[in-house]
Amino acid sequence: MMETLGVWLAAGFTLCIFSFLYKDNPFYKLAEHIYVGASAAYMVIFVWSFDVKPMLIDRFIVNGKVNWSLLFPAFFSALMLCRFIPRIAWLSRWAIAFTVGIGAGIGFTMGLHGYILPQLKATMVPLVNVNNIIIVIGVLSVLMYFYFSIEHKGPVKYVSRLGRIFIMIAFGASFGYTVMARISLLIGRIHFLLSDWLRIIK
Amino acid sequence: MRGLERRIIYLLIALSVIIPFLFKIKTKVEISPPVMSAYNTIESLKEGTPVLISIDYDPASMPELQPMLLAILRHCVKKKLKIILMAHWPLGVPLGQEAIEKIAKEYGLKYGEDYVNLGYRPGGAGVIISMGREIRDIFDCDFKGTPVDSLPLMRNVHNYDDIGVVIGLEAGSVGDWWAQNLGPRFGAKLILGSTAVVTPDLYPYLASGQCQGLIGGLRGAAEYENLVGHPSVATIGMIPQSAAHALIIIFIIIGNIIYILQRRRK
Amino acid sequence: MRREVPLVITFVTGIVIIIGLFVPHKPFGEIQQTFLKWYVIIAGFTLLLGIDSLVITHWGKIKRRQPGFGYSVVLIASLAFTLILGIYSIIKYGSAFDVRAPFMYLYMHVILPLSATMFSLLAFFIASAAYRAFRARNVDAALLLVAGILVMLGRVPLGSMLYSKMPQIADWIMDVPQMAAKRGLLIGIALGQIAMSLRVILGIERTYLR
Repeated sequence: MMETLGVWLAAGFTLCIFSFLYKDNPFYKLAEHIYVGASAAYMVIFVWSFDVKPMLIDRFIVNGKVNWSLLFPAFFSALMLCRFIPRIAWLSRWAIAFTVGIGAGIGFTMGLHGYILPQLKATMVPLVNVNNIIIVIGVLSVLMYFYFSIEHKGPVKYVSRLGRIFIMIAFGASFGYTVMARISLLIGRIHFLLSDWLRIIK
Repeated sequence: MRGLERRIIYLLIALSVIIPFLFKIKTKVEISPPVMSAYNTIESLKEGTPVLISIDYDPASMPELQPMLLAILRHCVKKKLKIILMAHWPLGVPLGQEAIEKIAKEYGLKYGEDYVNLGYRPGGAGVIISMGREIRDIFDCDFKGTPVDSLPLMRNVHNYDDIGVVIGLEAGSVGDWWAQNLGPRFGAKLILGSTAVVTPDLYPYLASGQCQGLIGGLRGAAEYENLVGHPSVATIGMIPQSAAHALIIIFIIIGNIIYILQRRRK
Repeated sequence: MRREVPLVITFVTGIVIIIGLFVPHKPFGEIQQTFLKWYVIIAGFTLLLGIDSLVITHWGKIKRRQPGFGYSVVLIASLAFTLILGIYSIIKYGSAFDVRAPFMYLYMHVILPLSATMFSLLAFFIASAAYRAFRARNVDAALLLVAGILVMLGRVPLGSMLYSKMPQIADWIMDVPQMAAKRGLLIGIALGQIAMSLRVILGIERTYLR
């Protein structure tokens, strides 16, 4: 019975959101505000269940031994929450600095070691077939298109123009995939309505 | 007039998706090389090898990625692989749990021995790098708080060296983090499944060998379903997908014809 | 003090992560691992930062009885109800994510359909945009549209019905010219990411301290 009620609830919310297609209306606004409120509360439960409890509270005392080093992240997490108190909001910068520093270090190592070096290596392919030639020309011409330290005239202008052609093809392909993605999302909801709710299809 | 035009377009799109569902047309789905490569990577693993599946999406991307997850789980079960689930998106944890419980019920899998759900940790790339040294530093318990060391499956799994392949199901940038760390830093294998929006951006990783397979969008999910011999939601969705694509192409053509005629009049 | 301490923290943490890549052995690898564990803990709290402004904004609307404050009441009520359900589920089942928990029921039948449907509206908007805005105004735009149409046809069964080699054409577009362009684009982005990361670590870029 609860499952049937759940399906009808889900279908009701689905139709409330779809009603926006006709025009903005109270049903859509109601559904939207319920969604935002519930999602925000979910974040709080998630942070407790997957961060605070397992990483801080449960690890603080293990087999009778106190893990004093956890006071450091606990302190910094408390500093993060100082943002809510205007007088001491500046303390949250220390916590933000920690996360930004880690993020910058990861960004540097990932960008260099994880992207540029492997991708440059993969571009250095023998020019023995048409595809490899197109790949090398494509990568170099696109890089030239975004190189603004010299004026785009003469040969640079033509290479840059070729890069633009490659970019247009890439954006066209991305556009095709984006259309595919959006339609897939609609297919999912229609399948739910026809199969789980109305039971017209299996 | 504009409002009416807009609503007619919306109605036509809705009908282009609804009507094919009602006719239950079956279709053959050709397998593309990136999906075949993903399938072969899992196929090459020995029985009992642990695989790590990362649920990096939320309900908004569920229609594309949930069928993909189910097909991959079926493949893993057929190969008798051990399944470890985790998530980088908090709203992905219940989706992963729902999928694995459906498969567990279907195939009689036992939690802790055949599959484990580690849950979610914030930190993104920091989690990925940290797990490369020791998984327990980040996940010392599963999503319900059960210590990982008490789960038989996890006893000999400490880092990526003990995992056959990592399978990331992506709706955002986490796929880039997996690809930029797993291969170059840890030499581990990676398969990426992604929404169609994200898929074009992941092709450079496939070409450079940073990932061993790429399953893109609902079409990729349909291909994988057919490879594991269990055509389901994604395969059924291919005909409505065709109809909607045809309609959008017609809209583009009509729009451009009107544009050319208007330009000529001016 | 207010600016110097955060800059030192940023520098130390950034350098530890970079050194950790080159020297994974003791003590640098262990220091990196410790910092990453702390980062995971602290990062969780950043998820909470947006909730305070959400609650304050809507609570203010209710107090001032602004137009549409009824929806703010719904939002706060929905937030409170979900929170109570989550806490109850944790107390009764040990975890909010137990299959029997009411919290999971709310997720599967409220959050999931709302989220999925919200994004499925985009299908209608992209169709409307296809009719009204996707114009081949010049050669570049025409190239974009042709590539898009070929990929759209190649990725559905309709394409192979129209022309048997359509899927292979779409695959080639994705594997060769599209991949080459994306590689070039992302190399440029990665170079920018590296430059920005260095600027942040060295304290040249300080906008995050505002």
